[in-house]
Amino acid sequence: MKYAALKYATAFAVGTVMAVGMSATPTKAASDEKPKMGGVLNFVVGSKIPSYDGHVETTFGMVHPIRPFYSLLIRVNPNNPSSPTDFVCDVCEGDVPAGADGGKTFTFKIRKDIKFHDGTPLSAKDVVATFKKIIFPPEGVASSRKAFFKMVESVEATDDYTVEFKLKFASGAFIPAVATPFNFIYSKKDLDEKGYTWHRKNINGTGPFRFVQHQPGSFVEGKKYENYHFKGQPYLDGFKAISAPKMALRLQAIRGDRAAIEFRGFPPKARDDLVKALGDKVTVQESDWNCVLMVTPNQKKKPFDDVRVRKALTLAVDRWGGSKYLSKIAIVKTVGGVVFPQHPLAANKDELVKLAGYGTDIKASRAEARRLLKEAGQEGMSFTLNNRGVDQPYKVVGTWLIDQWKKVGMNVTQQVNPSPVFYDILRKKKNFDVSIDFNCQSVINPIADVTKFLGSAGNNYGQYDDPVLEGIYDKLSRAESVEEQRKYMREYETRALSDQAHLGVTLWWYKINPHRSYVKGWKIAPSHYLNQSLDNIWLDK
Amino acid sequence: MFQYIFKRLLLMIPTLIGAAILIFFVLRLIPGDVCELRLAGSGLYADPEQIKLCRDNLGLNDPILVQFWDFIFGFLTFDMGESMWTGRAITYEIGLRFQLSLQVAVMATLVAIFIAIPLGTISAVKQNTWIDYFVRAFSIAGIAMPSFWLGIIIILGLLISTQAMFGEPWMPPIQYVSPFEDLWANLSQLIWPAVATGYRYSAVATRMTRSALLEVLREDYIRTARAKGLVEKLIINRHALKNSLLPVVTVIGIEFAFLMGGLVVTEQVFNLNGLGKLFVESVLNQDFTLTQALVMVVVTVFVFTNFLVDICYAWLDPRIRYA
Repeated sequence: MKYAALKYATAFAVGTVMAVGMSATPTKAASDEKPKMGGVLNFVVGSKIPSYDGHVETTFGMVHPIRPFYSLLIRVNPNNPSSPTDFVCDVCEGDVPAGADGGKTFTFKIRKDIKFHDGTPLSAKDVVATFKKIIFPPEGVASSRKAFFKMVESVEATDDYTVEFKLKFASGAFIPAVATPFNFIYSKKDLDEKGYTWHRKNINGTGPFRFVQHQPGSFVEGKKYENYHFKGQPYLDGFKAISAPKMALRLQAIRGDRAAIEFRGFPPKARDDLVKALGDKVTVQESDWNCVLMVTPNQKKKPFDDVRVRKALTLAVDRWGGSKYLSKIAIVKTVGGVVFPQHPLAANKDELVKLAGYGTDIKASRAEARRLLKEAGQEGMSFTLNNRGVDQPYKVVGTWLIDQWKKVGMNVTQQVNPSPVFYDILRKKKNFDVSIDFNCQSVINPIADVTKFLGSAGNNYGQYDDPVLEGIYDKLSRAESVEEQRKYMREYETRALSDQAHLGVTLWWYKINPHRSYVKGWKIAPSHYLNQSLDNIWLDK
Repeated sequence: MFQYIFKRLLLMIPTLIGAAILIFFVLRLIPGDVCELRLAGSGLYADPEQIKLCRDNLGLNDPILVQFWDFIFGFLTFDMGESMWTGRAITYEIGLRFQLSLQVAVMATLVAIFIAIPLGTISAVKQNTWIDYFVRAFSIAGIAMPSFWLGIIIILGLLISTQAMFGEPWMPPIQYVSPFEDLWANLSQLIWPAVATGYRYSAVATRMTRSALLEVLREDYIRTARAKGLVEKLIINRHALKNSLLPVVTVIGIEFAFLMGGLVVTEQVFNLNGLGKLFVESVLNQDFTLTQALVMVVVTVFVFTNFLVDICYAWLDPRIRYA
């Protein structure tokens, strides 16, 4: 018995050290290995496919099984996906173009050796038709990322293999928007002949895999596309994306080798369980995650129209302590401001600690919170926190926040609602006191992502109007150099989080991907939407 | 008998219409919106214009009476339309899962019958012996243990025991294969949920068989049969068991109908792509059209199963059909 316990403890320790070691230095040895051809990758997906149309859908439940059938114009570098600024060509050739004409013209040269799965050659016309559908959809045609391209004036093919985007103004948000993994390149012929809704139920792309079958609610199957434009790839013969809504089952599926990987992420406890059970048969990759939960006070409701009360809400929260302890049980970890923490535009620690609620002396912060509440006549105030009925990390973070607020004398009741009710309260009824809200994006595009903090944004539920903040954002969106963008971003952040405390950022999510060690070539990205073409994955079996 | 069946068939119509009206209006009272969930549910930016467009396309901005008429007309013409979430035909979505749910329900029912009838009979015949006590404890355990919990224990047990024995953990397949395609793969997936569900199901039926049989065994005609010198086996099998089966058939019928749409958690535990899982997804997605259709399928299964149970009653006890 003692021997068995010792054996498990040793396996756990060795596994953890190995796993963490591998994740910290993402597998130099592995990248030097010669990929083996063949095999079928089984992976589990915890969400469902509404339709196959990337231009309409927003869920990773569609991206994970369908993205491998399509190509993009440019993409996040699959060999360096952790970098938020490293983009490479997919159907274009050469380097990703730098903007000409003061950053207002982008010219992409299209590869000449690409064919759709039905045999139609790809040309600039297909790329143009795709982006016109996304940016300027005809009336009645849905496009979920139309707003990402507000800076685009036109997109045209100047010849059969050249695409030119003209912008109304130079914007650092353009290239990340083009690299969004939902921007599947469709064939112009399909759009013209079969209509704009054909791609909801049909697939014809130029990606590394061809569509074989989809059993709704069960699995999607793809097989290798022999004419894929990156020669020698993909390494796999095929893949099967198995639908498995329950996290416990996804975990057991990896343990029982029914699936080799799950691309979204598991909580720390699940990682530890897998490592304990499988030892060196499992590898763990970890990364900061471009998702964050926020606290949104409803400024149409008293006393949250009072900036002192909103400041007290953020001052009471010990983010640095939470990062240390909460990260052991939930998929949150990194302290950050409005920008994804690893991005050049993000605040560093020296800048962060100047914001309300980010100081390292929590006693002083809470004393200030109590003072503000007293001044506002709200000592011992009570309110209800609207939260979403999802364990990770909503309920965990909600419970933690209530404990934090209790320490400055607030009495908070948590109302956990199923997703439809949660959204109804947040977006339609708008009658909450304080709500959990979230921002979760694919490609890290800070200038676009931080619009969430504007009172005028469609996905901001705080019900406030702040012309000063809007003005700073206007300058930010037109700033050309990184230094200038950084300067305005700090102003914006200070106004949104500290001076006005419109929203409170909690902790940024932390992505943990334990997978079978025979899965090679895949590198974790800071978003579960990215690096999902599967063309660089191989199986070491 | 024919008149009896005809009357029972006629009674099904108002039940189905009542259920259709109820489900339509109750669903509309639930807060939430399929378009909000679909376009904003992942935390990505959702353009309000796109949400409005989505609602227009799904007919959610039409007056409620227009929506109701569309639903009733579709129901009467057996055209339930398309799922609001996937855009696929509802008949296709349901048909795909129906085979699996039916197979699990049939297998679980067989497991339950094979356990319940013999154990219930032995328990009654050997009343107050150690065998009776054992059977009662076994059946109470079955009632007390939720089938999904038993399912989790089965999966964990398989993972741990196979790893200990063979060095590599094994668990049942997590994707459905038709029995006509690969019977072995099909059974290796479905036998476990059938056992987990069938055990709980059998527990209720075992106790019902035991108590019904005990009651019948105290009847005068059983005493008469014994007095005539009939062998005990014949008394039990021919005279007592058949007459004690009426309540057991009711329980089996109701449970079978429940299994067709009610295996919500067990299907999640074993990752079965059945009607229960589809039900949960459609409710969570606020997919009105699919939820309505699923409720109608389950109501129809219940009504039809009750109809079959009524026929069984009439066969088991001819007095019923003449009443």
